[in-house]
Amino acid sequence: MNQNRRVLLKGTFAAGATGIAISAGLLTPKAVLAAWPKAAFEAKDANAALEASLGSSTTTESADVKLKAPDIAENGAVVPITVTSDIANTEAISIVVKENGTPLAATFNLGATTKGVVSTRIKMGKTSDVTAVVKAGGKLYSASKNVKVTIGGCGG
Amino acid sequence: MANESIKVRAKVKDGEATIKCLISHPMETGLRKDKKTGKLIPAEFIQEVVCEHGGKTVMNAQWNATISKNPFLSFEFTGAKSGDMIKVSWVDNTGKSDSTEAKMS
Repeated sequence: MNQNRRVLLKGTFAAGATGIAISAGLLTPKAVLAAWPKAAFEAKDANAALEASLGSSTTTESADVKLKAPDIAENGAVVPITVTSDIANTEAISIVVKENGTPLAATFNLGATTKGVVSTRIKMGKTSDVTAVVKAGGKLYSASKNVKVTIGGCGG
Repeated sequence: MANESIKVRAKVKDGEATIKCLISHPMETGLRKDKKTGKLIPAEFIQEVVCEHGGKTVMNAQWNATISKNPFLSFEFTGAKSGDMIKVSWVDNTGKSDSTEAKMS
């Protein structure tokens, strides 16, 4: 009986220690999953963000990349975006909002069987060009659209 | 942690799966101020969402705080069949995480 109690106490203590380690930032989840490209997401410039995220900032406008976004976003806090890529072997899709403080919104790394269709919702501080960048076969293709924002959604 | 933070709808038609995920998360940018105290609300946003099907990663999304509150994500992939499981997990910048599994219909 007493023995069991000891074991139980030890167990809880060990679990508690792990919890502390996590909250102290010693065991960040970044180490567990693939690295989150901090430099890319904190870059203040759209080109620098692309460079850090996809390895290049040279993009080619392509009709095979389609960006669906509203012409006017009444609420900048929720702007629905859909990117469709008809390019074969699409590896990654990035969404860049040029006028946001940190332009790179997201990078979607697609699996081998995943189709080039991604939808999400983003925040926009003010009226800006939104660019979808598609990485395929080591090259970057893009499509842009200007989205007008009446109420910004990035702070205030 | 955060109980049932992920909602997943997964549908399969002719081997093509459409996955829709809705995650409840504040997605704080770190730029907003608390109206009462005037202090900045610390950043808290999802950095990575991983979706797995049959042991393979079909989607690895890396997000900035730019993504809206209660994020929505939808994508499609091939080679799925009805009854397969899809696993969705997320990790945010404060180290919090959650995951769920859903059956495709």
